[in-house]
Amino acid sequence: MRIGVVTFPGSLDDGDARRAVRLAGGEPVALWHADADLHGVDAVVLPGGFSYGDYLRCGAIARFAPVMGSVVEAAGKGLPVLGICNGFQILCEAHLLPGALIRNDVRRFVCKDQRLRVESTSTVWTADYAEGQEITIPLKNGEGGFVASERVLDELEGEGRVVARYLEGNPNGSYRDIAGIASADGRIVGLMPHPEHAVEELTGPGTDGAPFFTSVLKALVSA
Amino acid sequence: MARVVVDVMLKPEILDPQGKAIAGALPRLGFEGVTSVRQGKRFELEVEGELTPERLAAVEEAARTLLSNPVIEDYVVHADSPLEAGA
Repeated sequence: MRIGVVTFPGSLDDGDARRAVRLAGGEPVALWHADADLHGVDAVVLPGGFSYGDYLRCGAIARFAPVMGSVVEAAGKGLPVLGICNGFQILCEAHLLPGALIRNDVRRFVCKDQRLRVESTSTVWTADYAEGQEITIPLKNGEGGFVASERVLDELEGEGRVVARYLEGNPNGSYRDIAGIASADGRIVGLMPHPEHAVEELTGPGTDGAPFFTSVLKALVSA
Repeated sequence: MARVVVDVMLKPEILDPQGKAIAGALPRLGFEGVTSVRQGKRFELEVEGELTPERLAAVEEAARTLLSNPVIEDYVVHADSPLEAGA
């Protein structure tokens, strides 16, 4: 299974995302922001970083990259897409997910190993977790506060689309401690912390992030 | 050349950590009595030729789609030069 990882100018975690795909047993495919061709990949990861310098707003300029036109179109036809950190911000700016990410309420960039509870395993990217499983993966952001209207928040909760919630303290002021959300069909997921940095004992706090990548591979094989 | 100004502000209900930081710094510098600060963005767009209603509408569209995020921000577009009558 071929998983595309987009590199925007300013992406930082594209290499780690490709490595996570490889360790999970998939074939990582490097995609380029200015190339609208998705090269036949079976899913796409939008990695963390500071696309286009995060000028204007996080993810606002990346949304208009040629590759995003193709991602939005393919996502509409069911292509699984995972946006991590800056990728989550891009998914919101592209209207593939509701809400927006604003500057952390603590007014600082936060970098720590973050406890999370996986709230939904009915997404393409989280099926390999157990419902309610508590995990630790790195978090590093300055604009990670998830905001949305009460109506949207209620809808996300009611439809089981809150994918993960912060435990042991909310690091950035996200409404209702939300760390990640999914599209209605569970194929598009945005997550502020970084599962791709927790796929090997040597280089992360553990391997709690790996199921994000094994989940999508299993979903693609059984599709 | 015509100039159009787009002001973008975070919606009132959205927390503005930048504004809060500034509000916290003001009294430390001796500026008392400021109860709240909200920080926004101002865009100045130079457009070709006369400012026709079509060009102004295009700037409105840019303000709505790129310059602001309607989930968290409001925007106001002002023509900095008078609109050409009947253009």
